[in-house]
Amino acid sequence: MTRTPLVEMRNISIAFGGVQAVDDVSIDLYPGEVVGLLGHNGAGKSTLIKILSGAYKADSGEIWIDGVQATINSPRDARDYNIETIHQTLALADNLSAPANLFLGRELRTMFGFLDDSRMEAETTKIMARLNPNFKKIAEPVSALSGGQRQSVAIARAVYFNARILIMDEPTAALGVHETKMVADLIMELKAQGLGIFLISHDTREMMELCDRVSVMKNGQLIGTERVEDVTEDDILSMIIMGKKAEQAA
Amino acid sequence: MSTPNTANRALSGADKAKKTRLIDALELDTRLLGMIGAFILVAVVFNVLTDGRFLTPRNVFNLTIQTASVAIMATGMVFVIVTRHIDLSVGALLATCSAVMAMMQTAWLPQFLGLPLGHPLIPWLAIGAGILTGGLIGAFQGYLAGYLLIPAFIVTLGGLLVWRNVAWYLTNGQTIGPLDQTFQMFGGINGTMGEFWSWVVGIVATLAALAALWSKRRDKLRHDFPVKPLWAEMALGAIIAGAILGLITVLNSYQVPAARLQREFAARGETMPDGFTAAYGLPISVLLLIVVAIVMTVVARRTALGRYIFATGGNPQAAELSGINTRLLTVKVFAIMGALCAISAVVASARLTNHSNDIGTLDELRVIAAAVIGGTALAGGIGTIYGAILGALIMQSLQSGMAMVGVDAPLQNIVVGSVLVLAVLIDIIYRRRTGKG
Repeated sequence: MTRTPLVEMRNISIAFGGVQAVDDVSIDLYPGEVVGLLGHNGAGKSTLIKILSGAYKADSGEIWIDGVQATINSPRDARDYNIETIHQTLALADNLSAPANLFLGRELRTMFGFLDDSRMEAETTKIMARLNPNFKKIAEPVSALSGGQRQSVAIARAVYFNARILIMDEPTAALGVHETKMVADLIMELKAQGLGIFLISHDTREMMELCDRVSVMKNGQLIGTERVEDVTEDDILSMIIMGKKAEQAA
Repeated sequence: MSTPNTANRALSGADKAKKTRLIDALELDTRLLGMIGAFILVAVVFNVLTDGRFLTPRNVFNLTIQTASVAIMATGMVFVIVTRHIDLSVGALLATCSAVMAMMQTAWLPQFLGLPLGHPLIPWLAIGAGILTGGLIGAFQGYLAGYLLIPAFIVTLGGLLVWRNVAWYLTNGQTIGPLDQTFQMFGGINGTMGEFWSWVVGIVATLAALAALWSKRRDKLRHDFPVKPLWAEMALGAIIAGAILGLITVLNSYQVPAARLQREFAARGETMPDGFTAAYGLPISVLLLIVVAIVMTVVARRTALGRYIFATGGNPQAAELSGINTRLLTVKVFAIMGALCAISAVVASARLTNHSNDIGTLDELRVIAAAVIGGTALAGGIGTIYGAILGALIMQSLQSGMAMVGVDAPLQNIVVGSVLVLAVLIDIIYRRRTGKG
């Protein structure tokens, strides 16, 4: 490829109290591409991605965005690079309404500097009509919502603020069949709009369908990155389990 | 057997639905209704037990001025508890602020700035210094909790011992007084607005409340959101107007004793005309509480700071991932608490007309209890300013009601303590039933 990658994470390492959580990992992501991260629990996928979203700071390594080296020290920095993250734990404040969550940290204000709740509510209604037409409980705390509805609030946040780089950490883990389908459709739609998406999931089959490339991690190390059309689901599984590349495992 | 039973159940279900619809139409908070109900119950029971002495204008007046100091701090405690912290040092911090203000008035300003006692600037400089002291100490405790990650429980438990005794050193353990005459006006009986201005405040407050209701409705209509039926809106407006004007009426019917009026006239070198009467009206301390309550409610509901406080309480991780600086937020929350302790110190010391060592002792428990009875969840994320004030009012009513009935002081404390635990139990059951929180 001759295009500039949207994101390049180069030689990233981070350790927590002697445990090398991520060990010299390099991955990249192009516009309009979905890259899947696979691996067992504790393989370092979420940690790697949290470095990109500003939740952790890498001990070493570089992050390049659009071919320019980037400094990401906080979630706010990541936002400035149009990186939006949908976290595994669904970073929503349960006691607040959907609009309050959607705009959290980036509230719309009135001309006097007060929160413009009615405008935020109206904007939320608008975007939800597009993402999840069944979404009606605009004013209620999100604790009253179903898993899928909560997920659409998290996704709406990314879409509303024109993310260019979207990180989705197990977006379908807590969802039913119908809702999973909805999220999958949405991923394809965002991809078509030219967003780059990092997707973390345990569901290998789902990953084979949604992703263009998959990167497999084990014990903090990158085992390999493959184009999905070049490999079978079994190849990927053996990479996850054996920690070896497909051709070596055979 | 089963048929009538089912029919019965269906009927009661329909009844329930009707009731729910009425409350829904008014969009009233059922928890708020519960608290108001509890308050009315307490008031009525004590009124019966005291042969009508509990609800006299005089006692209502006293209740309001006794509640003011704790209620002002309770509004700040809501923010502290909502962000999953606690502040055990508020009573001690109140004492330090009170000591600073008392020393400013009686010693430091006259000695170092050469302002004569009674100089018009003295009370304001003293209050400014007190609020600054409270805010800075609060911010420091917030820094210890937010940045150095010492649990707020420990920071403020230490603070409880530290600030009470810093106050002792500031005053050498002496009672400082009498405080400045103007300063004393914030205490209650020595500073009331009289009939005319009380009515002015009452009418302005009523109009402001109605205007707020109306603009909220207009705003909703503008965005095509559902609004409650007009009758419900008007009923709510009538209830609010009735409550405000009712309180003013009661406070305006508490007459200043003739002897006191005569003294006041004599002090001005005049003689009191025959048949002259005057009422106390709204105490300035209560007006101060109302202003604090409005400001804190606006902060909680309409500013980003308030939104971040509740978001952090609901899910600290989510708040941080949303780019909220939760550490600085902790500093701000404790600074607000400290500044409110200083405002309460003005009210408390002005009411006593002097600063004494034991001022504010055990206030931390009253303040926390008021916030918690008012529906603030210790798990964080949930709480209202009006709830905390109602909580303080309920506690004070219980205490002074029992004192009027002649209940021994130890038994009073046993009852108040039990009520606190019971209130939290009811709250937990309520939340479980309604699925709120």
